[in-house]
Amino acid sequence: MGIKLLLDKAHVEGIRYFDVYRREGGYRSVEKALKTMSPEAIVEEVKKSGLRGRGGAGFPTGMKWSFIAKPEGVPRHLVCNADESEPGTFKDRYLMEFLPHVLIEGLIISSFALGSNATYIYIRGEYAWIPDILEQAIAEAKANGFLGKNILGTGFDCEIYVQRGAGAYICGEETALIESLEGKRGNPRIKPPFPAIQGLWMRPTVVNNVETLAAVVPIINMGGEEYAKIGVGKSTGTKLISACGNINKPGVYEIDMTISVEEFIYSEEYCGGIANGKRLKACIPGGSSVPILPANLLFKTAKGETRYMNYESLSDGGFATGSMMGSGGFIVLDEDQCVVKHTYTLARFYRHESCGQCSPCREGTGWMEKILKKIDSGKGEMKDIDLLWDIQRRIEGNTICPLGDAAAWPVAAAIRHFRDEFEWHVLNPEESQKRNYGLAHYADAREVVA
Amino acid sequence: MSEVQKFKVTIDNITIEVAPGTTILEAARKIGGEVAPPAMCFYSKLKGSGGKCRTCLVEVSKGSEKDPRPMPKLVASCRTTVMDGMEVKNITSEKVPDARAGVVEFLLLNHPLDCPICDQAGECHLQDLSYEHGREGTRYEFQKRVFKKHDLGPYIQLHMTRCILCYRCVFTADQLTNKRVHGILDRGDHAEIATHIEKALDNDFIGNVIDVCPVGALTDKTFRFKNRVWFTKPVDAHRDCPTCSGEVQLWMRGDEVFRVTARKDEWGEVKENSKGETGWICNECRFEKKHIHDWTIEGPSVINRHSVISQGHYVGITKPKETVQEVIGKEPRLLMDIHSVSQVNKPNIDLSLINGPAHSDDFNHPNTNGKQD
Ligand SMILES: Cc1cc2nc3c(=O)[nH]c(=O)nc-3n(C[C@H](O)[C@H](O)[C@H](O)COP(=O)(O)O)c2cc1C
Ligand code: SF4
Ligand code: SF4
Ligand code: FES
Repeated sequence: MGIKLLLDKAHVEGIRYFDVYRREGGYRSVEKALKTMSPEAIVEEVKKSGLRGRGGAGFPTGMKWSFIAKPEGVPRHLVCNADESEPGTFKDRYLMEFLPHVLIEGLIISSFALGSNATYIYIRGEYAWIPDILEQAIAEAKANGFLGKNILGTGFDCEIYVQRGAGAYICGEETALIESLEGKRGNPRIKPPFPAIQGLWMRPTVVNNVETLAAVVPIINMGGEEYAKIGVGKSTGTKLISACGNINKPGVYEIDMTISVEEFIYSEEYCGGIANGKRLKACIPGGSSVPILPANLLFKTAKGETRYMNYESLSDGGFATGSMMGSGGFIVLDEDQCVVKHTYTLARFYRHESCGQCSPCREGTGWMEKILKKIDSGKGEMKDIDLLWDIQRRIEGNTICPLGDAAAWPVAAAIRHFRDEFEWHVLNPEESQKRNYGLAHYADAREVVA
Repeated sequence: MSEVQKFKVTIDNITIEVAPGTTILEAARKIGGEVAPPAMCFYSKLKGSGGKCRTCLVEVSKGSEKDPRPMPKLVASCRTTVMDGMEVKNITSEKVPDARAGVVEFLLLNHPLDCPICDQAGECHLQDLSYEHGREGTRYEFQKRVFKKHDLGPYIQLHMTRCILCYRCVFTADQLTNKRVHGILDRGDHAEIATHIEKALDNDFIGNVIDVCPVGALTDKTFRFKNRVWFTKPVDAHRDCPTCSGEVQLWMRGDEVFRVTARKDEWGEVKENSKGETGWICNECRFEKKHIHDWTIEGPSVINRHSVISQGHYVGITKPKETVQEVIGKEPRLLMDIHSVSQVNKPNIDLSLINGPAHSDDFNHPNTNGKQD
């Protein structure tokens, strides 16, 4: 069994409620942090832990916290990003639904460290039942003196508010989230200024992912240095992975980042192998935005080294032969899946979710979707494949926010690794409507146990 | 930091000193000519505008004197401020023309290309942009998005099909009127300019959205299909107006006033008026005063941009600055200028003095004896 820091109590009955959570050792870190540590010391501890943002980009959290501006007399805010809308990602939901107090506990310490007296949780609208769970947890924490005025007699005041989104993926982008929280249309802002200088209501703001903020709890409990000993290299601590697709045991797993991708997919402790005795064709290791990898590049890097479930190893080889840790949405495709259809599905998503502010993303996502639909329905031409490549190339890097890149990367990676499958669709329009291209050279070579 | 401190920035090999806080685009406009990147959404008079269309992308090949690293991506020059010692490549960049051609292609993807029936034709920034930076054909082979035309009140018509979602009209309504009643609904390529429930845009200054719209999405209903802009002559005029400065441009043919707009500068933006404020004009001046007696005529407008609207105006114009020679360090082979008077067919009168477009009669014809004096 791997180390568990966030989900270790997930199986305890009633852990969703304050009394049980407290009895199991919950809120110790708040007592420790608020009573014995200064805000600066907490930031220092988080820096030492090596914690990297779990929202997708993997930016070092301690460093992000130290950037927050502290102008005299201006309130600061912490915002928890619970918009979790990236296809394949559902780890934050699990945490909030079953262990809401871990998040609230992390939020209290983080608010103290950043000097936020009003902290917000922005949660995606489709998680309709979770705000109630969070609000109950907040009310319980407040009733027990962990929130509200003069927390634990330390003089620190903090309120946590839950705000529901209205169902837009783009509102997960931190500046769009801030706009939405302010009651405006969820368009990403043009940066600079960055949120750390001018964020919510033009006040210094830190936006962090749910899992990032929850991870502050074990960091304070065990100390940053101890936390940094778990994992490997710059991938410290544990990471929640939401595994889905054609595997035997889809679900949310907490891993320490030393296990290999192969172990993660095939071991009984995690995914339990490919479902229905099929073979593995491809995998998107970090949520829909990151490049898809064929099986032959998934278990081994281009250099032939074992690929591990961590930030460095997953991105080994850059985009040419690697991918990204992303948000931890682990999507597995078996031999029956069609990469063209799959890419079309993702393109449809990005087209639907583009905010439409900047022209390359607004127009390019719609165009890619139409071409992919054309190829998928057996009407494609060879030139369409090159055209797709050219369009994604002109979107990437030329947009306001990373959604443009996120729309371009899956298309680029699909063509890069599965061009033969696209070409087969063009050359065999009728057959492509009846069956899948198959596995070709990129399948996992392992024998199927029937 | 002393107040007189200036930042040195080099754009396309031309160095200029500007105040800190100046954007790359503003600095490039100070140099002028081709060095200034095209801007479809930025509008210097509208706070918060810019950053969206991505036509103004430039390459920063040197970040600053202190940190000389180049910027990894192309940046929107309208929203990126200069640093001391920064070096920028616009027309000299290898990446910019490609990215810009891409942006033009994206902007035209769903555009109806109905210039022949669009009132904006001739003064449309998207037309200019595609001539200068676009490619000759399109690779898009699908149905374009369509919207119905909408009347936004008695004066303004919205052709959503032509809109490039630059948000300028939204900022205008925010910043010029007391209550904005239109905005952007929906998102992505299905986003549209709309009033939530059919509402008229009625505010004394709302007509200015027509002037800021870079394309023919918002047009003047009182001018609709009345004339082509290149057949009309821009004339500066003013009146005593209780609401605005009353300083306008009349678009005339003979004695007839076809259209009234604010006065524009060489970047197509509303100019400052004599009081030093942005010369937005009120609805009454724009839509209701279409008689020559309503106005005191000052004289022909000075046009200083490359545009077909100056085609009836071969003299009495300020030419836009020519920077090509400075940028490439040598005389270009061929420079064509819409303002140049043909040496082959030299007109025998000052063309700005005649009404309407020039006709063959107005030129010297060596072969026709009768017409020459
Ligand atoms: C289109 C888009 C969607 C995003 N959605 C989410 C999201 O749902 N949840 C999240 O935590 N971060 C999301 N992010 C990343 C956030 O912008 C931001 O980087 C993150 O919340 C920072 O938190 P972290 O440093 O803790 O990772 C998204 C980014 C983009 C560009
Ligand atoms: S990249 Fe897409 S989602 Fe992001 S600001 Fe531009 S149009 Fe909006
Ligand atoms: S209507 Fe015109 S000004 Fe308004 S967003 Fe569209 S193109 Fe821009
Ligand atoms: S003018 Fe700069 S992005 Fe539109």
